[in-house]
Amino acid sequence: MTDIPVASTGEAAREETLQIAPNPPRRALSLHRELHSVWSNDPGWRGQITAVNHTTLGLRFMCTALFFFAVGGILSMLIRAQLATPEGAFLDTELYNQIFTMHGSIMMFLFAIPMLEGLAIYMLPKLLGTRDMAFPRLTALGYWCYLFGGLILLFALLGGVAPRDGWFMYTPLSGATYSPGINADVWLLGVTFVEISALAAAVEITVTILRQRAPGMKLTEMPLFAWYILGTSAMMLVGFPPLILGSVLLEIERAFDWPFFDVARGGDPLLWQHLFWLFGHPEVYIIFLPAAGAISTIIPVMCRTTILGYGAIVAAVVALVFLSFGLWVHHMFTVGIPHMALAFFSAASVLVAVPTAVQVFAWIGTMWKGRPEMHLPMLHIMGFFLTFVMGGLTGVMLAIVPFNWQAHDTAFVTAHLHYVLIGGFVFPMMAAAAYWMPQITGRARISGLGEAAFWTILIGFHGTFFLMHLTGLMGMPRRIDVYPDNPEWIWLNLTSSVFGFVMTIGFALFALDLFLQARLGPKTERNPWRAPGLDWAMPLPAPSYNFASLPGPRQLAGGAAAMLSMARGEGLLPGASRGRRELLVTETGSARPEHVAILPGNSDLPLRLSASIGLFVLLMLAGLYWLTLPALALVAVLIWRWGRGMAWGADQPAVQVAPGLTLPTQVHRRDTLGRTGVICLLVANGTLFASLLFGVGFLSVVAPGWPAPAPTGPEGLGAGLIAGAVAGLIGGSIAVRLAERRQVNGQDVAGPVWKGLIGNGAALLCLAALALLVLDDPTRHARDALRGVMAGYVGLHALIVTVMTAFALDQNRRAEITAHRAGSLPAWRLWQDFSVVIALILGAVAIMQGAGG
Amino acid sequence: MVPVLLAGCDGPLSTLTPAGPIAAEIAWLWWAMLAGAAAITLLVGVLILMGFGPPRERSARHWTHGWGLGFSLVVLSIVLAGGLWVGERTLPRADGAVEVRAHAYQWGWRFTQPGAGGAIVETEGTLYIPAGRPVNVIVTAEDVIHAFWVPQLAGKVDAIPGRENMLRLQADAPGIHAGLCAEFCGLGHAGMRFDVVAYAEGDLPDALMPSPNTPAAEEATDD
Repeated sequence: MTDIPVASTGEAAREETLQIAPNPPRRALSLHRELHSVWSNDPGWRGQITAVNHTTLGLRFMCTALFFFAVGGILSMLIRAQLATPEGAFLDTELYNQIFTMHGSIMMFLFAIPMLEGLAIYMLPKLLGTRDMAFPRLTALGYWCYLFGGLILLFALLGGVAPRDGWFMYTPLSGATYSPGINADVWLLGVTFVEISALAAAVEITVTILRQRAPGMKLTEMPLFAWYILGTSAMMLVGFPPLILGSVLLEIERAFDWPFFDVARGGDPLLWQHLFWLFGHPEVYIIFLPAAGAISTIIPVMCRTTILGYGAIVAAVVALVFLSFGLWVHHMFTVGIPHMALAFFSAASVLVAVPTAVQVFAWIGTMWKGRPEMHLPMLHIMGFFLTFVMGGLTGVMLAIVPFNWQAHDTAFVTAHLHYVLIGGFVFPMMAAAAYWMPQITGRARISGLGEAAFWTILIGFHGTFFLMHLTGLMGMPRRIDVYPDNPEWIWLNLTSSVFGFVMTIGFALFALDLFLQARLGPKTERNPWRAPGLDWAMPLPAPSYNFASLPGPRQLAGGAAAMLSMARGEGLLPGASRGRRELLVTETGSARPEHVAILPGNSDLPLRLSASIGLFVLLMLAGLYWLTLPALALVAVLIWRWGRGMAWGADQPAVQVAPGLTLPTQVHRRDTLGRTGVICLLVANGTLFASLLFGVGFLSVVAPGWPAPAPTGPEGLGAGLIAGAVAGLIGGSIAVRLAERRQVNGQDVAGPVWKGLIGNGAALLCLAALALLVLDDPTRHARDALRGVMAGYVGLHALIVTVMTAFALDQNRRAEITAHRAGSLPAWRLWQDFSVVIALILGAVAIMQGAGG
Repeated sequence: MVPVLLAGCDGPLSTLTPAGPIAAEIAWLWWAMLAGAAAITLLVGVLILMGFGPPRERSARHWTHGWGLGFSLVVLSIVLAGGLWVGERTLPRADGAVEVRAHAYQWGWRFTQPGAGGAIVETEGTLYIPAGRPVNVIVTAEDVIHAFWVPQLAGKVDAIPGRENMLRLQADAPGIHAGLCAEFCGLGHAGMRFDVVAYAEGDLPDALMPSPNTPAAEEATDD
């Protein structure tokens, strides 16, 4: 194989704009020892609990996701066993309903999403030329939330109380009347618990890509995989909040009888469907994009060339991100929406095929340009092409409204979605596994087994799902367990079941192949594919710190060939002589080095925090609602301690990154990684807020059962309390600005911070009074329930900024806020301003609805 | 050609053996889309296989703009236009069509339809419609969401608590057509079947006659 040239665009320009002298070479081994002692996990079992390293956690995410894939696969075999005969007595209906609900939920929430998070967490720092993700403790928190949430769902399945209303959980079937018992609560609470990890991953992935690229790696020149993952994380930030809101509302309805989805009291079951599919459709692209990123990485390497149409692919990714939020209604074509609106969403759904086609043809063009070699990763990509093209085409068919009316909720859709998800995610992930396993394990695979697994899976898959299109067109609906009156479906179902087991054998072979490679494979040569990326510019398996010195413009020009130069410390920020975890933070667009971030080390705080959230979830499940308050208090205390971990009590000297390049640490910078992280979190929060406004508007305008009964609260008092709360929060907003001005001038900030505390505390009191004295019983009507939620949402923010004010006060007392250290002030300011905006808007909405009476 | 293909696609619930003009339009739409999809799959397959030949230079725009944008936009526009055309023709409209009601509950169907002399007759599990005439079905639900579907006559529409949805059916000839609930609705979902009896105009079935004791056709329900 020949080496692949590193993308040549803009190299000369890069040299012009960014000149950084090399560090003097050192002995690679001593550098390794120095870094390893700082970056490695704690020894022994404790190391498993306190690990925050992205390599460890990325692998752990992926292994856990594979475990859940196996569980979901076993469930699918139970489904196929039941359907093999028309009157299968293998499962009773109750159990069957639990099993297909859990199959879908596990594959979506416990396999696909965590798998792509794991891949991104493992790969990104290596591809971007940095040493870890932006928030290592958050990585660990995400993992534990995923694990505990997944275990709750798994134990519910073993205990026979698993969710049984379908993975889409449509109301009113999933409401308290028609689904008594904790089954539905397990889904709502367990999945929301797991989603914490999705949001955590989305925040830190976004920040890592925007701020931690190697100096000189401009946004417009970064590896395509990073573009795909950036698109994914942006979609996760915006896509998950609607589902989280829907889940919270439905859980409140189930637990406290607030009627958001109850038609008789002004609710509407369609609100759930909108919130669910506002998440659910982007979800499909959230799953597809990272897989497409792997394909865009692997195809050029397998074809000994560079990717064709970099700019067009980036444009396609961006187009997919936007378009995917405009077509959720195509899951709801049969709910009775006017035909003109259907035509719009039909067109949008069809249009989304265009950026996908651009990518497919760019990949084919890359193959034409190069000399494809049929290694195992390429074999899986062929499986991807065959399967995904067919799935995409049936997707276009389903976007056509009249055909959708026939095919919706039939086995045709089951076939389509498996073509898209297995074709568009599982085959690319298997290609990625074959491609990166040498990088991950440092071992070569045992030849033959992987090919056998591929062919078994390919034959098993198409044998199972190709005929299932016909099964659906012949009228078989989804989610039925028996079909005694339809002998014409027997041969189709039996065929699907037999090949389903073939596919399962294939996946078992695949797992065996991975296991044998990890355990017994011979040591691989360095960079076995002769790939150009930085992910291969390191010893194998990857060391805990990735790069002994970080790549600069010089190393970027060399790509994987720069490995020795970096290992000898000629790159930037070599070693760990200060005994702490350091990496470079760069400017978002130009990737000029900005400052040095000091990351936290190993910690068991993530485990403790997620365990206390888990305690809250379990108490909710047990119906011990009052006992959840101490659990929430525990969560708050641990979050406070988390924040304390980011506080600095002393100035930190600037760090020499390279000869002639000395950079400050984040302690003395305002635009830290943490601040970017807060902005990302507030983007997600803003989407949650927008979803809430959508819910208010939707129920007020569309739901039957309106207008709501007149409010009964005291006249005028409501408006006064709302005005008081808004005024208090605005006071906090002014206070934080005054505090920042005094901080920059080196003056004591205690005065304005105290005033902020009073303002925010007053807002909190006003909201409490509003809830106690003015608001009507939230169980009366959906309008009153929504007002309860709006007050609660503002109240939560008033509480958050009150605590942040207290935190700043505490920091000031400890002399952590000085002229050169802003401490928590920038983060507080962002939250405070966000709180003012939501309070203003929701206050206006409440007053328009008739505040007091 | 089509009858040969249909040999294995028969069955009381098959969308591929339509028994009315609406289902027939959708079936033709399907066959057309299938032919197009098969051709495109073949085309992409050939392009991929040709990629294994010696390196060939084509400009990036040839692929991303020519094939990616141009080709896909043309194909998609044709499909979309066809879909809109069929969709408009299958919509229920106020043109003097027969109006019947289908009310879904866990787990069965209650229908009301005009009987002898225009009197409204309520039945359980069987819907009676005149053959050869368009019928608007107003679909409602008692408890949770269900969906009304008679594959041989038309597409489906959801039955949602608090809402009235409308679907247009038409049967070409007298006969019995199977229907079912397509939206998952709990334990009895698989058994939530019903029949649609299309009768020749002027040959009113007994169930629609003003007989005092048997308003419903019980034998058609199964669970």
